[in-house]
Amino acid sequence: MAKTHVTMTVNGAQVEGLVEPRTLLVHFIRENLQMTGTHIGCDTTHCGACTVDLNGMSVKSCTVFAVQAEGAEITTIEGMANADGTLSALQEGFRMMHGLQCGYCTPGMIVRAHRLLQENPSPTEEDIRAGIAGNLCRCTGYQNIVKAIQYAAAKQNGVEFKEAAE
Amino acid sequence: MIPGQFDYHRPASLAEAVHLMATLGEDARALAGGHSLIPMMKLRLATPAHLIDLGGIGALKGIRRDGDHIVIGATTTQHDLLASAPIAEALPVLQEASRLIADPQVRYLGTIGGNVANGDPGNDMPAVMMALGANYRLEGEGGAREVPAAEFYQGAYFTALEPGELLTAVVIPVPPAGHGFAYEKLKRKVGDYATAAAAVVLTMAGGRVATCRIGLTNLAEVPLLADAAAQAVIGTDLDDASLQRAAAAAMAIMQPAADGRGSPDYRRHVGGIMVQRALKRAAARAS
Repeated sequence: MAKTHVTMTVNGAQVEGLVEPRTLLVHFIRENLQMTGTHIGCDTTHCGACTVDLNGMSVKSCTVFAVQAEGAEITTIEGMANADGTLSALQEGFRMMHGLQCGYCTPGMIVRAHRLLQENPSPTEEDIRAGIAGNLCRCTGYQNIVKAIQYAAAKQNGVEFKEAAE
Repeated sequence: MIPGQFDYHRPASLAEAVHLMATLGEDARALAGGHSLIPMMKLRLATPAHLIDLGGIGALKGIRRDGDHIVIGATTTQHDLLASAPIAEALPVLQEASRLIADPQVRYLGTIGGNVANGDPGNDMPAVMMALGANYRLEGEGGAREVPAAEFYQGAYFTALEPGELLTAVVIPVPPAGHGFAYEKLKRKVGDYATAAAAVVLTMAGGRVATCRIGLTNLAEVPLLADAAAQAVIGTDLDDASLQRAAAAAMAIMQPAADGRGSPDYRRHVGGIMVQRALKRAAARAS
């Protein structure tokens, strides 16, 4: 099968590769680019573990062909830290609020929450829950993931995060 | 899961896409958001030899007003609909339905054209389009034609689209100001297809229903326009007896499949409830 040449920008760096048209974006990222932070969970567009940011949209990279991402700007979990290597507000929030247990869903959660906070810098709890409805976590019951995103929103807005009483 | 092999085409214009569709015939499938097609390809339930990616055709994307109609390009996404001020003002039912489709990631890529052209009885937009009295614009090498949503669906995954044709836009008559609307969808969880769903678009005059159209999702092999149910409430103030007559008339045309969402009897039962809820909520919103 003839291969197609693709170029895209991933976490600020120009990358290229030869792919079959049927190569899924998540496989291009994990296998060609050897960036394995983006996880494959369900492989059926449900779980959101493979979420990456593509041209300003959160997308499930198991359901996009690499050829469709020709020329795209992509950000993965590897591109989420601050430029100086310190943790971003979201990463810090997941750490401080214990927003993960096994960690498998976490890259997708953080990449999705990043776009959510770009679009809605001061989300309500309901906005957050609706905003991460495409990301499944089988460990935490979501409480601490919601808190982690609230923590990051507060930090980005320069206000003190107060945990709601339970 | 890896899909089967295919040749990838990315036309830059609608003319080029239509030419490819005509030339490649039934071996080709159009690729829009891909969120119905790619999962089917991964399961090898779809094995097209050619994919024609519509993503590079700017003319297929966007929302515009054309007199008393709104024309929505086929590759306009659910996310675009949710972000659109003209849609919020003129066709809020599309936003209510979009919010109930899948999840945020899917809505960034899932398109209105894919949703209505796919022919999956679980897709939400077809019943909404029937309730709105929308037409679909179909274009092939022989020219363009418009088909009413209510006449488009022939069976599960069988539609009025001929080989070589593309659905390029939906054309929706703008409902009158003060119309009432609702899309009531029962589903097991976020992201699921409907166990049963009902779309209602109506107008009220003097406390009584003046006009009404009702569409039903996932309650037969095709989306249904529930004409008799709508007739049962026109002229009434939606008293309990009228609501029950409407539900019974809608249930009479439902032929739901048995699947993980429930037995046919159960789905017909909740289908009737969705009709009643949608009617009540639409009427409460009308002025």
